Amino acid sequence: MSKLRVAILGSGNIGTDLLIKIQRSSYLECVLFIGRNLSSPGMAKAISLGVKVSDQSINAIVKDPDCCDLVFDATSAKDAFHHWAILKELGKIVVDMTPAKLGGLSIPAVNLEDSITNQNVNMVTCGGQASIPIAYLIGQTHTDVEYIEVVSSISSRSAGPATRLNLDEYIDTTEEGVRQFSGAKRTKAILNLNPADPCIDMQTTIFAKVKNPDIEGLTKAVKAMVKKINTYVPGYQLLVGPIYENNRIVVMVKAQGLGDYLPKYAGNLDIINCAAIAVAEEYAKKKDTISDQTLNK
Amino acid sequence: MKHILISDPTLRDGNHAVAHQLSASQVAIYCQAADRAAIPIVEVGHGNGLGASSLQVGESLETDVVLLETARKHLTKSKLGIHVIPGFATIQRDLKRAIEIGVDVIRVASHCTEADITQRHLGFAREKGKEAYGVLMMSHMASPELLVEEAQKMELYGAEGIIIMDSAGAYLPSDVIERIAALVDGLSVPVGFHGHNNLGMGIANSLAAVDAGATILDGTARGFGAGAGNAQLEVLVAVLSKLGYTTGIDLYKVLDAADIAEKEIMPLVPIIKSESIVSGLAGVFSGFSKHVTRISNEYNVDQRDVYFELGRRKVVAGQEDLIIEVVLDLVKLKKK
Repeated sequence: MSKLRVAILGSGNIGTDLLIKIQRSSYLECVLFIGRNLSSPGMAKAISLGVKVSDQSINAIVKDPDCCDLVFDATSAKDAFHHWAILKELGKIVVDMTPAKLGGLSIPAVNLEDSITNQNVNMVTCGGQASIPIAYLIGQTHTDVEYIEVVSSISSRSAGPATRLNLDEYIDTTEEGVRQFSGAKRTKAILNLNPADPCIDMQTTIFAKVKNPDIEGLTKAVKAMVKKINTYVPGYQLLVGPIYENNRIVVMVKAQGLGDYLPKYAGNLDIINCAAIAVAEEYAKKKDTISDQTLNK
Repeated sequence: MKHILISDPTLRDGNHAVAHQLSASQVAIYCQAADRAAIPIVEVGHGNGLGASSLQVGESLETDVVLLETARKHLTKSKLGIHVIPGFATIQRDLKRAIEIGVDVIRVASHCTEADITQRHLGFAREKGKEAYGVLMMSHMASPELLVEEAQKMELYGAEGIIIMDSAGAYLPSDVIERIAALVDGLSVPVGFHGHNNLGMGIANSLAAVDAGATILDGTARGFGAGAGNAQLEVLVAVLSKLGYTTGIDLYKVLDAADIAEKEIMPLVPIIKSESIVSGLAGVFSGFSKHVTRISNEYNVDQRDVYFELGRRKVVAGQEDLIIEVVLDLVKLKKK
């Protein structure tokens, strides 16, 4: 079976780590790695791997529209908006790594099948990938979920300039994702950066206010979910709970990265990249049944 | 005579001391008293500032809108200030609305090494024509050199002054002098200090800051604030006056305001409890104290051990969830 041809738009930390993960994939082949500057560290990595590179940004695809079938957009929310206008017309599937929310939100452990019915699929946020599977289960095991709050702490060194400038978009998109997947009436997302050295692993706490807490049912579901997530994010683990403390459900999870392009503590970047690869591979597996006409735009 | 700008977060930092349960009527009463005393800036809100009401830190009795609208109504001479931490408060959801309500002073805060997350919020505040300051929290966790670098970023983003917070009450006067002197030297905007009293240094550290060149000080009525409380406002005003500094604050009326605050808004006047001393030594965010006490008691562990472990893990403000993890780890250790 031939591999699905993908391009990576954005040569920063996310894009470069995706590139390395794709090298291991049986379903994906990176045919073009695109940035704006040939001397960036990400470009150097791509060249050393023998991958074709371009510094022409989105124009690289405009000039050679047949080069790829799927594009990972690892730029910024603002740029993703502009890129999608072009890529949509070209009939490309877009896996959006930014919090632009242009397509359906994807959490592979929850809605992988649905995700690939969209031409543009959004990977929510790193905190969303860690917390939403648990928030979803809280919604599944409880009838009246009043409120869910998700708090992520990440190592300062894993938060690049785009993450720091996009904190508000991170919060908006994470809150929207938690709401969509859990059905909670109200949601809130909080992000902390911790500069401790050695760097802390990404950690996320999910709090919920419900009418009748079913800790036993939730615990069973969470344990099964962790196993399911481990099929695409091996470093995802349950740290605390579920417990019921001070009138709230508390679940704490941790994500350790694979240490591909980024260090292991950057589990926040790893979890969103692993999720994106899982989605792209699903497109690849179903590519014979997917055509431009069948996808939701 | 040298002038010191006083900012009073009794109704913001004090909210930590009552698990964020300050009511609209309490805000009204203290705002009236503070306004009569001509306190230049009165800061109001949830303990962690705008948009911070949460299960993580504690839910507010009143919404941000109610707190700010009430304060706005009762402050005529004094300016209304807010504390804003990016990661909690967003521009669209929180800051825009606060500006519509009519806040005058916006203090955008980050952990002491993360100033670049304040860029957009500071920029927005300045764009809207508001008086904007940068605040470096938990400043004991960074070296003087690093603090200067971070403060310079905030200055570049438009901050009209930089305040460092001793959020853990961990400093001794010599620590304060070293940092404030470096900041005064490295910045062209005024420098301020926000002291906590865990080690009994609230006032001493504030005076040390002034000696080193700080011209902005935070103080709260009776020291009402997180943990062991803050530098005590009415003492600060009296002592600054004795040293020959002006604050523009009426002494009798600030003393009255403190009496009113004690009677109307404080279930307990802050004292330095034993665990607060440990918290200060361990360098843990003062806002953690109520959570640490509650969860330690719930699981029957020694809260002093919890503080030292949190300190060892270099936990920052906003990471209240880690208290549960640390307590449960200690429970596991005890079982072995």
